[in-house]
Order: sequence, then C-alpha cells, then structure tokens
Amino acid sequence: MGILQVKDINKRFGGLAALADVNLDIEQSTVHAIIGPNGAGKSTLLNCFVGRLKPDTGTVIFDGTSLLGIPPHEINQAGVSRVFQTPEIFGELTLLENVMIPAFAKRDGAFTLNAWPDLRRESDIKDKAANMLADLGLGEKLKIVAETLSRGDKRRLELAMCLVQDPKLLLLDEPTAGMARADTNATVDLLKGIAASGITMVVIEHDMHVVFSLADKITVMAQGTPIVEGLPEEIRGNAKVQEAYLGGAHL
Amino acid sequence: MDVILLQLLNGLDKGGAYALIALGLTLTFGTLGIVNFAHGALFMLGAFCAVTLKSLLNLQMVVLDPIKKTAWGTPLEIKTPYVEKWFGEFGSVLLEYSVPLSILLAIPIMLLIGVAIERGLIKHFYKRPHADQILVTFGLAIVMQEIVKSIFGANPIPQPAPEIFAGSADVGAWFGMNAGAVVYPWWRMVYLGFSAIIIAGVFSFLQFTTFGMVVRAGMADRETVGLMGIDIDRRFTIVFGLAAIVAGMAGVMYTPILSPDYHMGMDFLVLSFVVVVVGGMGSLPGAVAAGFLLGILQSFASLNEVKNIFPGIDQIIIYLVAVVTLLVRPRGLMGRKGVMES
Amino acid sequence: MLKNFVNKRDLPVFLGFIAIVLLAPIIMAPLGAGYPDLLQKFAIFGIFAIGFNILFGLTGYLSFGHAAFLGVGSYTAVWTFKLLTVNVVPAIFLSTLMGGLFALLIGVISLRRSGIYFSILTLAFAQMAYNLAYSVLTPITNGETGLQLTLNDSRVIDNMFREVSKTSLPSTDFFGLSMSGFSGFYFCAVVLIICFYISLRIFRSPFGVMLKAVKSNQERMSYTGLNTRPYTLAAFVISGMFAGLAGGLMAVTDPLAGAERMQWTVGGEVVLMTILGGAGTLIGPVLGAVTIKYFENIFSSLNDSILNSFFSFMPEPMQHVFTAVAGLFVGEGWHLTLGALFVVIVVFLPGGLMEGIGRIGKLFRRGGDDGDKKEPAAKFATPAE
Repeated sequence: MGILQVKDINKRFGGLAALADVNLDIEQSTVHAIIGPNGAGKSTLLNCFVGRLKPDTGTVIFDGTSLLGIPPHEINQAGVSRVFQTPEIFGELTLLENVMIPAFAKRDGAFTLNAWPDLRRESDIKDKAANMLADLGLGEKLKIVAETLSRGDKRRLELAMCLVQDPKLLLLDEPTAGMARADTNATVDLLKGIAASGITMVVIEHDMHVVFSLADKITVMAQGTPIVEGLPEEIRGNAKVQEAYLGGAHL
Repeated sequence: MDVILLQLLNGLDKGGAYALIALGLTLTFGTLGIVNFAHGALFMLGAFCAVTLKSLLNLQMVVLDPIKKTAWGTPLEIKTPYVEKWFGEFGSVLLEYSVPLSILLAIPIMLLIGVAIERGLIKHFYKRPHADQILVTFGLAIVMQEIVKSIFGANPIPQPAPEIFAGSADVGAWFGMNAGAVVYPWWRMVYLGFSAIIIAGVFSFLQFTTFGMVVRAGMADRETVGLMGIDIDRRFTIVFGLAAIVAGMAGVMYTPILSPDYHMGMDFLVLSFVVVVVGGMGSLPGAVAAGFLLGILQSFASLNEVKNIFPGIDQIIIYLVAVVTLLVRPRGLMGRKGVMES
Repeated sequence: MLKNFVNKRDLPVFLGFIAIVLLAPIIMAPLGAGYPDLLQKFAIFGIFAIGFNILFGLTGYLSFGHAAFLGVGSYTAVWTFKLLTVNVVPAIFLSTLMGGLFALLIGVISLRRSGIYFSILTLAFAQMAYNLAYSVLTPITNGETGLQLTLNDSRVIDNMFREVSKTSLPSTDFFGLSMSGFSGFYFCAVVLIICFYISLRIFRSPFGVMLKAVKSNQERMSYTGLNTRPYTLAAFVISGMFAGLAGGLMAVTDPLAGAERMQWTVGGEVVLMTILGGAGTLIGPVLGAVTIKYFENIFSSLNDSILNSFFSFMPEPMQHVFTAVAGLFVGEGWHLTLGALFVVIVVFLPGGLMEGIGRIGKLFRRGGDDGDKKEPAAKFATPAE
C-alpha cells in the first residue's frame, strides 16, 4: 500500500476527457516520475491532488485520508507540498519572509492571530528558514525581494518554501523547465539529496535525462490515461512508449 | 392588476437609465478591462449638454418698450430669445424641443470628452491594478462634477419636456381598465422607447459590423485579439467614446424626469455598478436585463403595502439584491468565468 | 524592557512620531494650524487612515464601506453619552467594539469575494447603512437632524455619582478633564499614538507578514497551508475597530452624530488619505490625513478677495485672470482640488508622498556622497545571473 493511492480518476472539460481511468499507487520514500507528451493530463492530475480541481469520479487517498473536496490549505497541512510549473512565490516579500511564511504555517496551522510578537524575535522560524535558503544556495540573498530573482532562483526559492515544511509528499511540476544545462544538473543533484532524505516525490518532467537520473518508478501518460508503468529500465526499452510518446525515436 | 402595471411602468424608465449606463460600463470593462468610476459623471455631463443648449437657445435680446410701462413706472422690457428673432416660428420650435435636440449636441461633445479621457488618462491604466483604475477614475469623476458645479451651481436645473409630451397617457384605458387607473407620463414612455432603440442600436452595431465583431472577440479574449495584429488601441478609443456617447444621451433624455444637478452622476454610478455586478461583469445582455430588473424591483419595493411589511426596503432593495446575487451566483446573472477575478 | 516594546530599527521612527504629535501645536503654529479644533481633526482622521491602511495597505482589499463603521462609532458614542455617562472612556470603548462588530458582520459576507467584487459589496453595505440611517432607523439615528445630547438624557452612571444639571447641556470629559480645547487635542493625540503603536506591532508581526502575503499571492498562500479568509477577516475587523474608534472620537470632540458621516464619499476620502500618504507604509496614512485636512482647511477658507490681494503684485488684467482661475480651486471648489490631486497622485506617484520623500532622499544621498557613484559601474561588472 503506497502513501498516495489514486483510483479511477476521470475528469472531463466539456467534451474533452482530460483524465480517463487514472490509477496510480505511489510508494513511500520513492521518486515517481510521470511523463508523457503535452496535453497528456499530467498537470491536470497534479491539480486533482492539491485541491485545485475536483475530479468527476474516483478517489485520491493520501496517508489513509481522502483528499477530494478538501480545500488546498488543508491538503498542505496534511503534508502535501507542490512546486508549480511557473514559480508561485510572494514576489513583493524578501526571500527570508517567503520561507518563513510556510514555516509558520507548519508550526501554527492554517490561521493564528499572531499579531503582537516581533517577526525578528521568532528566531526558531527565522533560523530554520535561513538554513533552508542556505542549503539551496540562496543564503546570500535573504534580504532580497523575491521578484527580482532569476527564474532558476525563483524555482529554488519555491522549493525551499516547500521543503521547510518537511512535507511527506512533494509534487514537482517540471522543476527544470527553461533551465540551462548546468542549472539542470545542479537541480537534479539537489533533488537526489532530497529524495535520499526519504521524502516521497512525484515529478512531472519532459527532460528524459532528468527523469532517468531521478526516478525510481515511471508512469507514462497519453491522452489522459496511464499507458505503461514500470522501472526506468523497463520504460527505456518499451516499444509502446516509444511509439506513443516519441513516435519511434530512441531514448 | 392596475397597481402592478403601474409599478412595472414606473420601474421601466428608471431601469432604462440603469441599463444604458450599465451598458457603457460593461463595454469598457469587457473590452478595455477598465473599471470606470467616472462613467456616472459622463451621464451627468450628458444631462448638462441639455442644460447648456437650452440656456444658449434662451439667450435673449432685451428691448425697452417705448409705450408700455410696468407697475413701477419703468419702461417694460420685452425679452425675445435670439433664435425666435432670427428664425421666427422655427426658432420657437427649436426652443420647444431643446431636450431632444440636445442629443445632436451631446454626441460630438461626449465623443470628444470620451476620446480625450481615454487618450489622456485611461490608456496609461490598462496594465495597472483595478484598485488604481478605480482611484484615478474616481478622482476624475470628482473633477468633472466640481467643474460642472462651479459653472452651473449646486441646485437642480429643471428641463421641461416638449409640450406634446408634457401630459400623461392613460395606459390603463388601453388595456380595458378604468380610466385614470394607470396614468403614465408621456415623456417616460418616450424615454423607455428611446432606451430600447439605443440598446438595440448598440447590440446590432456589435453584432453586424466588422468593428463590432472585433470588439466582441476582444471581450472574449483580449490577448489573442491583440496578438492577431489588430490595432486594438484605436478600437479601444472608439469603444470608450461610444460608451461615453451612450451615457451622455441617456443623461440628456433623462433631464425632464430628474432635474439635473452636479452629483446625479455619482448617485447613478453606484447603482449602475451594482447593476453591472448583478447582471454579470462583462455580459452586455446581463447588464441590460439587470438594469430593467432592478428598476422594476425598486419600484415595487416603494409600494406602501411592501414597505409596511419590510420597513425601509425601498431604500436598500438594490443593494440587497446585489449582495444576495454576489453570494449565490458570484458571476452574476449572466456573467462569464474569469472576468475581473483578480 | 524597551527592547520588547519597540524593535530597535523602529525606535527612532516611533519616538519621532511621539515627539511630533505632542509638539504639534507648536510645530503647526507657523503653518496656521496650531489650534486644537484642526489638530484634533488631524489626529482623528489619522486614526481612521491608520486602521484603513491595515486592511488596504497590507492585504490590498479596497473597501469603500469604512464610512459605515465611522458612523456606527459616532452613534454608539453619542448613545453612550446619553444613556450612561458623558465621561468619554466608556464611549470610545463601546464605539470601538461596535465598529468591530459591524465589521465582523459585513466582513464575513463581503470577504467571500475579492477584487472589484469586494469593493462593490462593501460599497453596497455602506449605502444600505446610510439609507437606513436616514429612513427607518430614525428612532436610533434621529434622521437628518442628527443624534445629539438633550437635557432629558438618562445618563445613569452620571446620576449615580453626582448632581446632574437640569438647565444646561453637559459637555464631554475625561474624569473631569474637558474634551474641548487643547486638553481635547491631547486626549486624541494619546489615542493616536497608541493606535500608531498597535499598527507598528502588527506591521512587524508574523500576522502582518501573512497579510502582505495575502496581497502578494493568495494562491501560493493556500498551497502553503494557510487559510486566507480568517486573515483578511481579522484585518477587516481590526480596521473596522479603528474606524469605530475614530467615529467615537468625533463624537467626543463634538457630541453630534449624523448620517452624512456614513456616506460613501467619506469612505472614499479615507482611501484618498491612505493612497496620498502611501498605502502599506507606517507613517504614510497619517501624513495623508494631515495633508488633506490641512489643505481642506486652508483652501476652503480662501476666497476671491484674499486671492486678489495675493495676486496684487501683478498687472491688473493678469490679476483678474489668476484670481478667476485659482478661485475655481478654493473655497467651495476645494473638492475640485481634491479630485485633481487624486488623479495626479495615482498617475505620477502611486506610492504616495512616502515614495516621493524616499525619491528625494535618494537624490540627496546620491548628490552628497561621491562613494555611491561607483555603484552603477559595479552593477554592470557582475554577471546578470
């Protein structure tokens, strides 16, 4: 029994079946990659996990509780964090504040009227956030306003915001999209380190190099349905995948 | 039955004014993405076009009568408006029909004002947050109404309707009821017909012209239309001018019903915004439907029978409807997804 | 002890604020505004704007309905004077409470929507309150006349402790200290300083950062495990309490409450004050409130003859032209100035006066210090990423 069980998910947008009979079982402490051509329904599937979309049918069970019909903040409080395809950060705030906010959310819950103490005197939270930023190579930029960061740094910041919460499940939507090769390699190493700490990860990724160096297990989706699932070496040689996904070109 | 018919009619002319203002508001929302708090002021400026034309036509030549004396022994002054002196009978007709004639004055003036506002101010705000748009147009509205106040004073200036529309129609009799059961002023009837024509005109303009097609496409998906290489800017200016003209004409024709004063725009603006929200932000049919609906509801709420059950309901009915609508149907009666949801 | 009281970085600001407020009668005297009536107005509208800024400046929710809470505060205070005592303490306590209570009611409903829809909802509620105060609620609000003290008021607490005069109307007091003149101003000044301090604490607290996060990115907030609605509601209620308190203080200085205080243009005025000073800054709203009330006072007292003498150095025809043009903007025309100011500020200085002051400060620093001039070169030398 995995930490995230997805059963018979269907989602239609008007006449279009975005997701059709999706079944997934994500094992604890593994990296599970979801690949597939554009429009295969990968991001839609993630949206169903975090409460952004409600599937028409099916169940999503995380750690024994259903995630359907629960508002996003409760899903996060249950231990699910997500990195978006375009970084969702607090652009007007400093990096330190950006990471302190999720740390507060983890410590104090979805709402606390914490209006009297000074932010600077919350040294536990502050240190935790600063350390996390340092771990991700942003330790020099604590006081910088987030929207001035480069795209790669924004992604790292968003990752820091997720990791500071010690999530049980981390969802990553194309973590290396638009990055230069050197940046991509650095991110892969970073994610490997995170995976080694035992956090379960679901990764959507286009870059096969990233997928094969990270994933313990791979699901291939096409037209809203998983067509093959298996270990990386099984996927690599699978003719069905090559045909559906790459039109016959070799991986 | 007669009571219901009467209230229905009473609501319709007010609803017509709401609908016309809301129509322009929705056009600017939908195409330009601008929340225009100065739109009510444009309605007010239209009304003052009528005031201006009438006072221009009324410029008088004063001649002292050589023979007749007043009771105080001073020579009697004979006042003749210049138009009557120059054009005789035709001049009197001009004077008589000054309100409807003001439309001819209002169209170019409102177009000019609308274009000036869009080019001079609004166009810098397309990419700014809605809050900034609200604030700058709110300031503009204050400026416009204060200028009008300093020229025309603070008191309402009555504008009579042409003589032949001055009386009331016995609408009840048309429907076989007792004579005098349902009496409805002719001018309100005219206003109702006028708003119907303008609304139909705007809709057919949007429906049957190429320009209108682009505007409708822009309301559905502004970015794509921009990417297609269509000169959006020029069209934005024209749409804003059109909205200004509609508001202005609505103001001109409303003057015999409500004597215009400088703050009438603000009063109508708040209500019209509520109308737009109820109708659904960005939906033209919604704006029109909600305009008439709220006009009628307001008129029914001011019935004594209703007021006895819910005291004060006539004062708040429109706002109450807006609150309930926004909570139950967040996008309004006919609103589309994603419009103005920052 | 002091360290727990104010953050080291904010200490100079806070002490400076206290000094300026307490010395206001002396500082403002050369500007012709050193008299208590006007200074009181500064303080009260300062409080109103500080509270509004906690909502608008931090969360970005633009409310047009805060005039309603101001009005509620005034009515509550006058009723407290009438029923209990003319001592101002219960009155301002209750008006703050009622302002918060009304804000809670309206906030729960209005905050279900955001953006322009929220603005319209608050506007609708304010208009409802205004219309009802004029019509059905006349027994409570005394309609157009406005609610005021009478000789027949019961004033239960006052009657318990002292002989109440049956021939002259009472005036409000703070344990014997009269609320008119400079003692009245200093009472308002102390309340203003307390309010400023509360706002300072909120700005620097985790809660304050959460409110800024609401403005910045609500989506990220909810995917970060935070429920945005209670945060916005708390900010709305706090700002409603400030508005109620300001309304109560208006009644303290002049025990009369009228419905015109609830009109949405009053709500628009507090928006303008906050924007003019600088929304989201600590000092800005107070600065905005003082600026507007000061110029309102100056401009509306000017008239054509004063203008004529002001332009008397010019040749006569020019003098007339200048007087006529300037005359549009003063006296009755003050609102025209206000509207034009609104437009100019939003167009050219969206950050308000505080941004302007910041820019000027930067100019001076750049001009005065040679060392800084190297900075741009260094910026180009570092790679973009």
